[in-house]
Amino acid sequence: MPQLDFDIITLGHGGGGLLTNNLLDKAIFELFDNEKLQTRHDGAVLSFKNKVALSTDSFVISPIFFPGGNIGELAVNGTVNDVAMCGAQPKYISLALIIEEGLPVTELWDILVQVKATADKAGVLVVTGDTKVVESGKGDKIFINTTGIGEMHSKAEISTHNIKEGDKIIISGNVATHGIAIMSVRKGLEFETTIESDTCNLNHTIVELLDEFGTDIHLMRDPTRGGVASTFNEIARDIKMGINIHQSNIPIDSRVDSACEILGLDPLYVANEGIFIAFIEASKADDFVRKLNTLEYGSEAAIIGEVVNEHPAKVVLTSNIGGKRVVNMQVGEQLPRIC
Amino acid sequence: MKYLTEYRDAEEVNKHINLIKKTVTKNWSIMEVCGGQTHALVKNGIIDMLPEEITMIHGPGCPVCVTPLHLIDKAVYLAQQDNMILCSYGDMLRVPGSEKSMLQAKAEGADVRILYSPLEALNIAKENPDKEVVFFAVGFETTAPANALSVIQAYNAGIKNYSILPSHVLVPPAIEAVLEDVDSHIDGFLAAGHVCTIMGNFEYYPLVEKYKVPIVVTGFEPLDIVQGILMVVKQLEQGKTEVENQYARIVKEEGNLQAQATIFEVFEVTDRLWRGMEIIPMSGYGVKEKYANFDATKKFNISIHEVEENEECIAGEIMKGIKKPGECLHFGKKCTPTFPLGAPMVSSEGVCAAYFHYSVLAM
Repeated sequence: MPQLDFDIITLGHGGGGLLTNNLLDKAIFELFDNEKLQTRHDGAVLSFKNKVALSTDSFVISPIFFPGGNIGELAVNGTVNDVAMCGAQPKYISLALIIEEGLPVTELWDILVQVKATADKAGVLVVTGDTKVVESGKGDKIFINTTGIGEMHSKAEISTHNIKEGDKIIISGNVATHGIAIMSVRKGLEFETTIESDTCNLNHTIVELLDEFGTDIHLMRDPTRGGVASTFNEIARDIKMGINIHQSNIPIDSRVDSACEILGLDPLYVANEGIFIAFIEASKADDFVRKLNTLEYGSEAAIIGEVVNEHPAKVVLTSNIGGKRVVNMQVGEQLPRIC
Repeated sequence: MKYLTEYRDAEEVNKHINLIKKTVTKNWSIMEVCGGQTHALVKNGIIDMLPEEITMIHGPGCPVCVTPLHLIDKAVYLAQQDNMILCSYGDMLRVPGSEKSMLQAKAEGADVRILYSPLEALNIAKENPDKEVVFFAVGFETTAPANALSVIQAYNAGIKNYSILPSHVLVPPAIEAVLEDVDSHIDGFLAAGHVCTIMGNFEYYPLVEKYKVPIVVTGFEPLDIVQGILMVVKQLEQGKTEVENQYARIVKEEGNLQAQATIFEVFEVTDRLWRGMEIIPMSGYGVKEKYANFDATKKFNISIHEVEENEECIAGEIMKGIKKPGECLHFGKKCTPTFPLGAPMVSSEGVCAAYFHYSVLAM
């Protein structure tokens, strides 16, 4: 950690004057050192040969430190993965911090170090950013916005328009892990567990899949907020076809399954971070899963459903015992049950 | 998950469904009393697997759904007071009061916290000695022991800033109210396994005797439920009316005596208004005089207007099994989980919510 002559962030650190420069010089520019950032201009000038994908996301998670990561790691992975889901290889990100005054500098440093490590692993550079400080009580320790940009993979054609009847639906890993890890440390709901968030960068995995399967990948999405149920509902609505999923094929960590049981939560509606769902040409689905199983973060991947012409715009789940039910979009926030 | 996965076995469930099909010769209406069972029936798609002779009627066993409007209004009123922390189980938050829900009060700045245990509320009271902490003590007999324990612990530790807003309802009087209602025709019951875990089975013998209906204490997993249904159907087909225990791996005949002692240290049985229904005699718990200082309704001067229920919501008929959600004009149209007209559309155990979320009917 750099030598800073203050212990907590105050309003002055966002004021643009000496304090701001002190913070930026020692904590940001040194840590994220790269050619584009060092121009210290208002923005970064970038050049690309091909089409690009752009995505932005804001991170307001509470608590900011959680089992398996912190808000910094999430802020990089979230945007990196969104760009990757478009079929692009993310290259640059912006980093905007909204800090509540009073945040200990040690915590800010831990977050920034995590941003750097995560960006390095994903192979993206932080090329521009912003720092604002709000009064105590006007924020929740720290909010982060990141915007990512990346060049499209030459073989990628990712669109809901490409989905057709018979497409197989593949999930890359266990559901509900991130949401349950966060819930285990939420005030009032704490429970002892070894479950850690699965936040990770999926971009390297996606590139390898695009290299091999190209246009047979019809759609990719990361089912974050609202869980896989809400993502499937959005897709079913857009394609005006039905989606069938099979409960017994959906991978879930047994500890996460147990926690959902105790909390009265449906894992299909719990937030995810380190997984994606893919709609794949039926004849290539088995090969796709086999390949994914050998790649980083893909060992639990499985085919969990298919696209059908029946029940347009609806998602229907076949339960473990063979019964069928409609899976609807999540309503508001999932609230823990009474008993 | 031991004792869970065995009871979700597809082969066993289908074996029992086939046995029900072989046993049944007439039409029977069976009520599952508990909302958790309704949820399991719909979530697992069991209703469509049963033979057409069996009609499942969904009972009043959702504590959130039967909590009367004036108690929600009281909770909202308390939450909006200065220096007040209102603690509640999660699924109460979205239930509409006459003006707003607790979730809306929270959005407007009230300090409303979602907890899993009243003992956690007690900790919050210890950490915030300058604030009043109220726990919205909702539930059937199942949650009563923990709620009572929080009061006993507060009393023993001399904690003055903790109280509960009592809203407990009891299952056997509700079953009796359903049986007394001329419009409901129930042939047999699946009793709520978790309630019996605490209270035992003895309260059901007089009901079986008086009303000549089979009552089977039943669990919550798919296999539990189809086993319970099979046991009721066997009794009905053989003309028997007995209390049976499908959930014997958890429920003992006498229940949990220590839990019962804890309940009756703090609570006494009182008459109670059920949302959408009426006052059912001796169907709730009130706080005993000894612990009156921990009863939020006595501790605070709560001023709310008595308001009539929304006439568009047919919760009463739904809760007594006279009508099904699909028979309500507003189901899925004017009334959805986002904009509920009544409580059964809100709680995860509410009948309307279960149908809205899971049922093919909602398609």
